[in-house]
Amino acid sequence: MSTTTLAAVTRGRVRRDRRRRAVLAALTLAVAAMVVVSLMVGRTFYPAGDVLRVILGETVPGASFTVGELRLPRTVLALATGLCFGMGGVTFQTMMRNPLASPDIIGISSAASAAAAFAIIVLGLGETGVAVFAIVAALGVAVLIYLLSFTDGVAGTRLVLIGIGIAAMLNSATAYILNQAGQWDLQAATRWLNGSLNGSTWDETLPVLAALAVFGPVLLSRARSLTMLQLGDDTAAALGTRLERTRLVAIVAAVGLIAFATSATGPIAFVAFLAGPIAARLVGAGGSPLLPSALVGALLVLVADFLGQFAFDIRFPVGVVTGVLGAPYLIYLLVRTNRAGGSL
Amino acid sequence: MTTDHALTTEKLTVGYGDRVVIESLDLLVPPGRITAIVGANACGKSTLLRSMSRLLAPRTGHVMLDGRQVHRMPAKELARTLGLLPQSPIAPEGITVADLVGRGRNPHQRLLSRWSRDDDRAVAAALDATHTADLADRSVDELSGGQRQRVWIAMALAQQTELLLLDEPTTFLDVSHQVEVLDLLTDLNATRGTTIVMVLHDLNMAARYAGHLIALADGGLYAAGPPAEVLTEECVRAVFGLDSRVIVDPVSGRPLMLPIGRHHVSVARA
Repeated sequence: MSTTTLAAVTRGRVRRDRRRRAVLAALTLAVAAMVVVSLMVGRTFYPAGDVLRVILGETVPGASFTVGELRLPRTVLALATGLCFGMGGVTFQTMMRNPLASPDIIGISSAASAAAAFAIIVLGLGETGVAVFAIVAALGVAVLIYLLSFTDGVAGTRLVLIGIGIAAMLNSATAYILNQAGQWDLQAATRWLNGSLNGSTWDETLPVLAALAVFGPVLLSRARSLTMLQLGDDTAAALGTRLERTRLVAIVAAVGLIAFATSATGPIAFVAFLAGPIAARLVGAGGSPLLPSALVGALLVLVADFLGQFAFDIRFPVGVVTGVLGAPYLIYLLVRTNRAGGSL
Repeated sequence: MTTDHALTTEKLTVGYGDRVVIESLDLLVPPGRITAIVGANACGKSTLLRSMSRLLAPRTGHVMLDGRQVHRMPAKELARTLGLLPQSPIAPEGITVADLVGRGRNPHQRLLSRWSRDDDRAVAAALDATHTADLADRSVDELSGGQRQRVWIAMALAQQTELLLLDEPTTFLDVSHQVEVLDLLTDLNATRGTTIVMVLHDLNMAARYAGHLIALADGGLYAAGPPAEVLTEECVRAVFGLDSRVIVDPVSGRPLMLPIGRHHVSVARA
């Protein structure tokens, strides 16, 4: 090997590593900034000092309720669900090698949402019961889609199309539940069909944080194997990746993240779908997309919720705003694959 | 590097679903040489390669590497000794050549280990060997078919295995790029002693570049040995159902197969 090649290889790698670290740092800063803004800014402005005192447990007139009881749980839940959707979504996209195979497109989020709506509205269960219901339904649908679309180890376009069909069925099931239970009010409907952070409480937030603490590290420990799957099953296996184990762990952990987040806020539209591709644009295609995608997811939810609350004359739920962002990208993706003459 | 890895199959039967593709195959890959597997479409060439590299579990029988069953070896340990380049590997969108070649280092990396100086060296050596160093920072999407194939081979080289299995490494390449890839593999065999096993469609390329030829027919072994012994008119008829003349290639001295179809034949049929 020539020394010039070695120098060039090292230089290129260091440059790409540096870009990745810079993007991760910038995303972390942006997320942190959005958290601070969400806590300080609203119908009433509270300075950073007041916010900090509330977080430290002091009683500040006005701020203790608005920041402590309203803004803080809402912001933490936005952050946590954003991380969950971003990481869970990109896991599916990477594993299936298809940006359309995101859990919010192929019906996994819809399953969690329908189950959560059923558990809350019909059965009247509490947070833990709802989360268990959601994760069981989401896993069940993930397995169902996998079995229906599995032919000779290949599950590409079929999986996406079957998933879209199942998502449509589950969404109408959700609408049916809302209707039957006499709960067809806008609040419940937007939450379980589009996702909303309105009325967030700590009781809803804590299970999501727990899911993030358990499934997040599990997924990150599989980061390298997941990126190997991008090369195709045969190449990944020939390079020493254990396909079945990687897939099993990734599916369970990603479904766990999506289900817990969905049972708290509903399926915040398109966040899981958008976070991965945006993150890939920012960091490049070399390394693992998990962390950047989680941060992009958090940023999307925080920004969309802030805009939904304060940018317009009326308040929009977060899922309506992310839906408006995501739909054009979905159309772009479909047009592009169509033009390239490829399948979905 | 040592060149004495023994890769064999013992009464190997493999298949997909209800279909048995290879039945009770006994085979020996000569160490330190270039072996080409030839045969008609769907005769089980790729299946054999996938089974030898642990991607497909045998129904019965074994694939043995140095006296151990391949399918019982830990995935990464096997991947440090035996590499496989499948027929149609997939490049992630937007990945650079250097990053893709770097993926070949996976079996040498542990769960939390960082990228090392050795990894950089292996990538640089692989780029040099495949004459792709000037492409290192380019996106794989922008490359021509010939360049892309060399990059995939570079990835397999970065894996630094002493055995390398390739499934039709020359398909979709024009003749000059075919020769380039086969010359490259020959260099690798000559300089590093890497044992190479490849599936080839082109009988004449196989006869020219391989020291050992394996002809498969109907999921079993028809013949194995030096090209001059294996590539005969009888063999072509038995394996491909085709009449032919086999002459001595004036360029290489190896056998050269000339097919005899229904048209444009000016000699009497054999």
